[in-house]
Amino acid sequence: MENYPSLVTLILFIPLIGFLLNLFVGPRLGERLSSILGTTAALLSFVIAVLLWAYLRGSGYEAVVVNPPFLDGWIQIGTANVSIPWQMRVDTLSVTMMLVVTGVGSLIHIYAAGYMHGDPRFSRFFTYLNLFLFFMLILVTGNNFLMMFVGWEGVGVCSFLLIGFWFDRPNGVGWKNSNAARKAMILNRVGDFGILTAVFLIFWTFGTLDYYRPGEIANVNAGAHGETSEHGEAAPAEGEHGEAAATDSHGETAAATEGEAAAEDGHGTTTSVVFTNNDHIPTEQLGVFGQAERMIQDHHQVDFGPFSLPIETVLVLITLFMLLGATGKSAQIPLFVWLPDAMAGPTPVSALIHAATMVTAGVYMMCRSNVFFYNAELTSFIVAIVGATTAVMAGFVALGQWDIKRVLAYSTVSQLGFMVAAVGVGAYGAAMFHLVTHAFFKALLFLGSGSVIHGMEHGHHHAAHRAHGHGHDDHGHDTHDAHGDEHGEEHHDDHDFDPQDMRNMGGLARRMPITFITYLIGTLALAGIFPFAGFWSKDEILADSWLKGLGAGSFLGSAGGYIVFALLIAAAAFTAFYMWRQIEMVFFGQPRTEAADHAPESVFSMTFPLMVLAFLSIFGGFLNTPSNVLGLENIFTAHNFTTWLEHSLVHVHAAEFQPGIALAALALAIGAIFAARSIYGKGKSSNVADHDPIADRVSGGATIFGLANARLYWDETYYRLFENPFNKASQFLANTLDWRFWHDYFHNTVIAKGFNGIAQLLSKPVDIGLIDGIVNGVGRLVRGISGGVRKVQTGYVRTYAISFMLGVVLVIVILILPALQR
Amino acid sequence: MLHTTDFVMLSAVLFILGAMGVLLKKNAILLFMSVELMLNAANLALVAFAKQWNQMEGHLFVFFVIAVAAAEVAVGLALIVAIFHTKKSINVDELHQMEG
Repeated sequence: MENYPSLVTLILFIPLIGFLLNLFVGPRLGERLSSILGTTAALLSFVIAVLLWAYLRGSGYEAVVVNPPFLDGWIQIGTANVSIPWQMRVDTLSVTMMLVVTGVGSLIHIYAAGYMHGDPRFSRFFTYLNLFLFFMLILVTGNNFLMMFVGWEGVGVCSFLLIGFWFDRPNGVGWKNSNAARKAMILNRVGDFGILTAVFLIFWTFGTLDYYRPGEIANVNAGAHGETSEHGEAAPAEGEHGEAAATDSHGETAAATEGEAAAEDGHGTTTSVVFTNNDHIPTEQLGVFGQAERMIQDHHQVDFGPFSLPIETVLVLITLFMLLGATGKSAQIPLFVWLPDAMAGPTPVSALIHAATMVTAGVYMMCRSNVFFYNAELTSFIVAIVGATTAVMAGFVALGQWDIKRVLAYSTVSQLGFMVAAVGVGAYGAAMFHLVTHAFFKALLFLGSGSVIHGMEHGHHHAAHRAHGHGHDDHGHDTHDAHGDEHGEEHHDDHDFDPQDMRNMGGLARRMPITFITYLIGTLALAGIFPFAGFWSKDEILADSWLKGLGAGSFLGSAGGYIVFALLIAAAAFTAFYMWRQIEMVFFGQPRTEAADHAPESVFSMTFPLMVLAFLSIFGGFLNTPSNVLGLENIFTAHNFTTWLEHSLVHVHAAEFQPGIALAALALAIGAIFAARSIYGKGKSSNVADHDPIADRVSGGATIFGLANARLYWDETYYRLFENPFNKASQFLANTLDWRFWHDYFHNTVIAKGFNGIAQLLSKPVDIGLIDGIVNGVGRLVRGISGGVRKVQTGYVRTYAISFMLGVVLVIVILILPALQR
Repeated sequence: MLHTTDFVMLSAVLFILGAMGVLLKKNAILLFMSVELMLNAANLALVAFAKQWNQMEGHLFVFFVIAVAAAEVAVGLALIVAIFHTKKSINVDELHQMEG
């Protein structure tokens, strides 16, 4: 059992191996083997996550830091004192995320085996899914911010690849898909700027990126809470700093729990020292969070060269940059606009990446950094406002969408807003709780919508064939031949038909009973109806924000709490309304198209995950039931999840159940459902093709619906604010500055003319004048001389004779003269 | 008794006559004859000095010169005949195609 934590290495390697196998041999394996390969990798990871969970339960929830083999010492620059090890952290928070990622991930792998059947790039889909699992697990298991960033970028790439998975669909659909992928990529780059800046600031301030060092206790108060089941608010860890440090070597022991390390020390000596706080570790050997708490106690000033800032201000800066990153990945105002478009990806991708796991990475990061956020009050207020505003805004927009997946996408944005708002009011446990339950019911809803879309496509195919008299009746409704290929044909036949448009549906409850029942459960859970999962988690956030409003000592804290409470109550009402509108339009009433009339129930590999997730959506809430309601604490351990998280989150606390708030929220949700039923129910949505019934039934409904349907003009505003000016600016830069000025003016005038001038100078006076003059002059000189000299060669033999004779005479004279002179 | 000086004087006169003939005459035959005159002037000088010093080398050279002159005349006359064949003239002033 004590070797279990090292399994965390395998949880990474198994999806990696699945990815590599599927990448290189997947296309040759065929659909069945390829999907089995991918799904097995996910399932094995889930088994490991369960084993790690069992280990933590068995070992007193002590966090373990694991140094995986081969990667010892990831980034080491000795001279610059930079040391970023590749360490993995097994604690209650990371195991929670691992369980969600691999658990929901496994179910979605199974589902995808049915959903993607017949797609020409079947094995590539599983390749990407396994790669995504790999990066997501790096993100949640890393023990430092840089590993988190590696995972953060990796899941971003996988998201990009999977949103644009159908980039080659005909009739411009492929363009839309790949544009959505690019949009996600670009908006996330904006967020990444924030994350990177935050990481740099953290490194500058603390000199390390590790969350906690091996041997360090995350929450020194957690042990007492765990044993005595005393669930008050956890006070911030304020040990008596400055007390004697025990052993120095202790802080450096890697890959060992606190208890184990102490036990190892104890082998040599007779006394076994078990530390209950971190006072024996010097500040510079602590992780970032431990250092932050000590710095706040010491009123530390962070030196930035020309100026220095108090640690509280630095924390505000760090957390604000983190928030920017979170708004990118977790789709908050102002960077959320990519998520609704990301629904262009296949539905399993929407469920896994864009609902259950990847988009919660921002919430995970903020919960992981709860020490920072807790101590940055201004940021907490901003986080609360951003989250709550996003929740109510996205909830409102979801009222006016026709596309079944788009409703769920805005719902996801809204629910992520709940989580972010919970972080803002300091309810880190509630945020994680809602993250988990939301993963269950939102994955369920997305998979259910995928099942509906799948059925609609097959129903349309069936109806089209019957209308054309092709006679496919004997194949019946469970025709599951290559629908990927059929897409092409269908789009050629009649590209008007949209299998995702809720106006084309209706009456599917009879055709697809399993999908309907599970979808209904997911809807009730999302709407927060007792006793489904969403009720408990949403209520905890609402109660926490109300208590924060009541009990916070400062104005910002109180205001944040009350604002969040008010906005989230409204968002909860919207949630119930748009979800019931969807139920009415999709499942009730009469079928509005032939396709809806012939939609078959999906195959077992698709309905099985629906049933498992429905089960979790019903009972997931009992993970963390409060202690004072309906005697539930006698059946389930009260605040189970909160207590569990206390061992890795310092500032987690259990909010007590507020019956008034819970009843009010419940009444509001039920009221919203009945309002939706009265507007959309009983066949009133039969002729929704032209306009939404809300326009007729509610005064001002047309305006409201128009605003919601236009998505509050976010995209248009962004187009006006950023895209258009950007396009204009780049056009200006390209046409005017680059082309007209740089090319036309600068190139022609300065470069070309200058070049011409120099060339002319060189050619006319220098080359033609000087150099040619010299060469020609030499030639002319030679010609002149030779012209003179050759006259000597007369050709007359007598001339030669006389010159010969004169020469002889001359020689004789020269020979004789000396003799004569003597 | 004739003195050696007389022979040398005669030789010089003959040589100058031959040289003047080479320089002044236009007829190729006459040119040849002038050259022969100059050669024989040299022969005379050689014989005279041979007698003077009572040595036989002078005579030997004379025979060489006579043999070479004979060969020269043979080649030279053949050339003149060939030139006359092409030019219909043996005037050396007309043979100036080699001028520069």
